[in-house]
Amino acid sequence: MDFLNAIVALSNFVLIPAIAYGSQLALGALGVTLIYGILRFSNFAHGDTMAFGAMLAVLITWLLQSMGVSFGPLPTALLALPFAILGTMVLVLLTDRVVYRFYREQKAKPVILVIVSMGVMFIMNGLVRFIIGPNDQRFSDGERFIISVREFKAMTGLKEGLAIKTTQGITVVVAVICVALLFWYLNRTRTGKSMRAYSDNEDLALLSGINPERVVMYTWLIVAALATTAGVLYGLDKSFKPFVYFQLLLPIFASAIVGGLGSPLGAIAGGFVIAFSEVTITYAWKKVLKYMLPESLEPSSLVQLLSTDYKFAVSFVILIVVLLFKPTGLFKGKSV
Amino acid sequence: MSETTKNTALFGLVFGLIVLTGFMQSWNVAVLILNMGLISAIMALGVNLQWGFAGLFNVGVMGFVALGGLAVVLTSAAPVEGAWSAGGWRIVIALLAGAGTIVGTVMVRQRMAAGRARNIATIAILVVGFFLYRGIFDPGVAAVEAINPALQGNLGGLNLPVLLAWPMGGLLAAGVAWLIGKTALGLRSDYLAIATLGIAEIIIAVMKNEDWLARGVKNVVGLDRPVPYEIDLQNSSAFINRAEGLGMDVATASSLFVKLNYSILFAVVLAIIFVMAQLALKSPWGRMMRAIRDNEVAAEAMGKDVTNRHLQIFVIGSAVCGIAGAMMTTLDGQLTPGTYNPLRYTFLIWVMVIVGGSGNNLGAVLGGFLIWFLWVQVEPMGLWLMEVITLGMAEDSGLKKHLIDSAAHMRLLTMGVILLLVLRFSPRGLIPEK
Repeated sequence: MDFLNAIVALSNFVLIPAIAYGSQLALGALGVTLIYGILRFSNFAHGDTMAFGAMLAVLITWLLQSMGVSFGPLPTALLALPFAILGTMVLVLLTDRVVYRFYREQKAKPVILVIVSMGVMFIMNGLVRFIIGPNDQRFSDGERFIISVREFKAMTGLKEGLAIKTTQGITVVVAVICVALLFWYLNRTRTGKSMRAYSDNEDLALLSGINPERVVMYTWLIVAALATTAGVLYGLDKSFKPFVYFQLLLPIFASAIVGGLGSPLGAIAGGFVIAFSEVTITYAWKKVLKYMLPESLEPSSLVQLLSTDYKFAVSFVILIVVLLFKPTGLFKGKSV
Repeated sequence: MSETTKNTALFGLVFGLIVLTGFMQSWNVAVLILNMGLISAIMALGVNLQWGFAGLFNVGVMGFVALGGLAVVLTSAAPVEGAWSAGGWRIVIALLAGAGTIVGTVMVRQRMAAGRARNIATIAILVVGFFLYRGIFDPGVAAVEAINPALQGNLGGLNLPVLLAWPMGGLLAAGVAWLIGKTALGLRSDYLAIATLGIAEIIIAVMKNEDWLARGVKNVVGLDRPVPYEIDLQNSSAFINRAEGLGMDVATASSLFVKLNYSILFAVVLAIIFVMAQLALKSPWGRMMRAIRDNEVAAEAMGKDVTNRHLQIFVIGSAVCGIAGAMMTTLDGQLTPGTYNPLRYTFLIWVMVIVGGSGNNLGAVLGGFLIWFLWVQVEPMGLWLMEVITLGMAEDSGLKKHLIDSAAHMRLLTMGVILLLVLRFSPRGLIPEK
């Protein structure tokens, strides 16, 4: 038995990737949950908003790289991020003005807004493919690893290596900063408080003189920032491919619902629940068990509960279980 | 303008566009658009049953379409020799064990009082059941997939006539829809949408990965056809004489003849489903459905069983999508699970229903034809538009090349714009519900 090696293998293959993926999902789910809380519909275009933001970041990164700008050991994309956020903000505000506002004034049913968001999804998806094409784009540069396997082995003398990619480190740090800023904003500032009031009880908020259009505008701005950040972090960590962002919609929705739609804290918790379940259920545990069990019990198969292609199934099953047994989610969100 | 004139004009316009394609591009393209339009119209009818009649927000259409395709392989393909004895029965037993585990869990949860004992029993049954299932399942799969993996490696089908696969596709989709409806239909609109979106992804994942079923991403090609093969027609002297009598090239004539045969078959199916949907809409049952859609609480107070009626129409609508899926796979002659994409097979069908007019069967059919026509033709139109825009640019300009290369992606953009315009200016669609 060799606990140290087992723990290292577990961190390398399960904990670190799941934490990074969970942070990305949490940022995405925060956007979905804010829209649901304030605008009261499930935004099917969210994945494509992320793709649009990430695409802007990719383009700006290329521009910066061609100008010879770099961010030292960190990826240049981080420098491009603020500009990408601004661009996405313009896009979502424009969408709100041209598309969603009309239905808000009509007091349309949430399901109509969902269908409208399907139209927006088509347009954004088409726009992204039109501008950058449907292919894979790599845009991360700088140092690849904070700790590489070889360094770790040399440092500790263990048999198992541990690698932390720079992008994984950045993901966690940026996500923590974003979440801290968001909660500070929601709990301490006047606009943030009016947003929460509006989400809790629309009529009461209107009676106390909150301007709904202002609340909606700030929501879109925050959502654009969160979506772009999530999109860029995911793209840095994996790679940028428009269709993958569309597919992220399912785990993101699952995270938001598992946590409780409309609850920001829930979205974060949901993101990690989904990420950890996906990674642990689709991971081949042989490597870890090899160190934990006596030699005679060593597993002959990979000990993989489900093949990695079924990761959607995992988020979906969790979603269904939560909906059946605790329909408001872990953190008491709204039900439609 | 009376309603009939308007509807006739709208349908006339769409068919005029298809005929125009025949004159301007080629008759092969035109008939292909017609065939896929017929299939799209059936899918749109299925979605219209669920959304237009009952207000069920199903965005898992892709899953049911794919199941229909799977049914074609399972029904009409020849059985793979030795596959059943090698591991087929083992797989069936494993699946039964898996199903038994789930039934057992549900029963335990129903029979036992809530508490720690019940939770422990649930988890114990699930864990033991899962390992039992994998224990039986994995060797069976390995054995089946080892049979001639380059060409087969699956169980094969029942070797029945391919036309029988269409109703089988409906049945398979209906069965799966029943299972899904039982678990997910209690959810409200938004949740149901997300749940069905997930289910469709899972169905595709299963079809891509379970090679023993229908070869997964290795695809099944060369499926049976209900119509003659072009090559046989080209070798038949009677056909050659007739083609020459019409003054047509034999190759073109044979391919047109085959496609038109499909058109007739598809049109018959569409007509049957359309008439049935129309009768259902006008029957007391249809009125009840719309009453439930418009006010669930009131309908329930009147003694209508909302949950069961929802389940019923969910199953029927999914079955219609399954039939359309089976027809499409027959037309393609191959099952390629890798090509199913929610934008094309779920959301595009939704655009058809919304644009045509939700709640109106005629509208759904019109939407199916019109949107399919645009989906195909926007690409050449976009290319032409880009060429006009870039006319003044230098030949070697990078922007010009990019714009022309990207013209193919115009179709998603166009679909989104059409959907939003219709929702904004004509929210009830081209042929609104009466």
